[in-house]
Amino acid sequence: MSELTLLLIRLAFLAVLWFFVIAAVGVIRTDLFGPRTAPAPARKPVKQPRPVSKPKKGEPRQLIVTGGPLQGTIINLTETPITIGRANDATLVLSDDYASSRHARLFPQDGQWIVEDLGSTNGTFLERSKVTRPTPVPLGVPIRIGKTVIELRK
Amino acid sequence: MTAKRRGAQLGMLAFAVLIVMGAYASVGLGINGKVPSGMLGYGLGLGGLMLAAYLVLARWAPWADPLLLPLVTLVNGIGLVMIYRIELAGERLASAASQLMWTALGVVMFSATLIALRDHRVLQRLTYTAGFAGLGLLVLPMLPFIGREINGARIWVGVGPFSIQPAEFAKLALVVFFAGYLVAKRDVLALAGRRLLFIDLPRARDLGPIVITWVISLGVLVLQKDLGSSLLLFGAFIVMLYIATQRTSWVLIGILLFIGGAFVAGQIFSHVEARFDVWLHAEDQRLYTAVGGSEQLMQGQFAMGSGGILGTGLGQGYPYRIPLSFSDFIFPAVGEELGLTGLMAILMVYALIVERGLRTALAARDPFTKLLAGGLSFILAWQVFIIVGGVTRLIPLTGLVTPFMSAGGSALLANWMLIALLVRMSDAARRPPPQAIQDEGMTQVMQR
Repeated sequence: MSELTLLLIRLAFLAVLWFFVIAAVGVIRTDLFGPRTAPAPARKPVKQPRPVSKPKKGEPRQLIVTGGPLQGTIINLTETPITIGRANDATLVLSDDYASSRHARLFPQDGQWIVEDLGSTNGTFLERSKVTRPTPVPLGVPIRIGKTVIELRK
Repeated sequence: MTAKRRGAQLGMLAFAVLIVMGAYASVGLGINGKVPSGMLGYGLGLGGLMLAAYLVLARWAPWADPLLLPLVTLVNGIGLVMIYRIELAGERLASAASQLMWTALGVVMFSATLIALRDHRVLQRLTYTAGFAGLGLLVLPMLPFIGREINGARIWVGVGPFSIQPAEFAKLALVVFFAGYLVAKRDVLALAGRRLLFIDLPRARDLGPIVITWVISLGVLVLQKDLGSSLLLFGAFIVMLYIATQRTSWVLIGILLFIGGAFVAGQIFSHVEARFDVWLHAEDQRLYTAVGGSEQLMQGQFAMGSGGILGTGLGQGYPYRIPLSFSDFIFPAVGEELGLTGLMAILMVYALIVERGLRTALAARDPFTKLLAGGLSFILAWQVFIIVGGVTRLIPLTGLVTPFMSAGGSALLANWMLIALLVRMSDAARRPPPQAIQDEGMTQVMQR
């Protein structure tokens, strides 16, 4: 067995050992940074509808999470409604004990975005007031769901 | 939210077993240029064992954390390879076959714990039983006839041809006791009491039982000259108090008590003083040649030094020159052949095991699980710190096994039990909560 082969085996073994550690970290990544699936589905449909219906001036284009564990998350708004809650199939998946699995829904109507509470336990708040029926959301007004605060932006 | 991730677990498990088999092959190639004949046997043995453990886990704890088992498999396997390698070099006391047998028993223990303990919260009802059991186990080696003294420490109990260290199991029982007791009393411990200077002192009657248990256990350990285990229990006690009460003052009191205790012990007990001497003046020629001197410690340092960044390669160093290189000093032995790069990878694996444990504690829904998972993960981390800190001369050396790697049956069995408990708790913590069935009229029915 030549020196070179042994050296290569040695380096390969160390590399594989570290690859194992990295693979293990990859498995738990979702734990540390939350599921990556939340913003991803919103990004894809953006590409097709954008040329068709360009948002007019004054219409919100983005939903931004301004408070809570998901702070900084941005979802581009399209024609599709946005669901928020702890359920896995929600557009914005919250890991928040104070949110219900299907907590609230945001949908566009006549150029406006409407927020609707889906019978959540702890309620949805538009600014200070509890949302009891579908309510239009002005730009930059905070919507509070559990610990999470979201806003519509241009 | 959380998926079962059984596929990832099986993949990582196969990966770990493959790495261990690669290590076996590498040892053979390094020593005599041939793939060792026993490799397939050891590899398949380990693979079969872990597959069995996986099946038990998939059946009885399907929601358990996917990483605990593969990570433990890797460190256990690397330990097996190292012991095999040292045995090949002619060390009489190292026996890879017996370590593999103990690993098998460890997996049996793991499976038995998972199958027998369907809900870990029954342990909360056994709080005081666990406390007495822990103390009983600690005292066992002091009894005549069954107690045995090996290498100057009376910490063994002879059962026929085997000797086991009951202290390894005692620490599990004591952590269960601390967790159960603190859950019941944490509010009074944190809130009732007087304020002395800037430290909140709890009432004596609330703290009494736990302090008595702790003093007895430490006293027994000091009398048995088992310094490592006493340090382990001390740390576990302080950290669990801290987790339960969230008072920083406990950490402060703990550190002060520890410094005081170490100082007093150094004055009173000659063996403690000797440990301090060896730690501070290891390079001293006189101490190096003395019986029970610093030779072992320095040989460990030489080994790690000659390993350097990338190591000498498996089978190509001289790890067998370190006394007890297969048990207490397996970490420098690995350091010589895998280098700093390999040691860091192994420390990362330990860190990930502990992270999974603490994550379980965070995700747990009841305080008992939180405390137990936090305490168990902590004693694993603390154990690694004490022995690695000892062999690298960061702290005085106290004899403790490197979890899962060192030769030694009792420690392996106890640590596999510890992992089984963590797996059981992570299963409970990650299992989705029962969901209410919608539209059931006035009453809501819960389904499991």
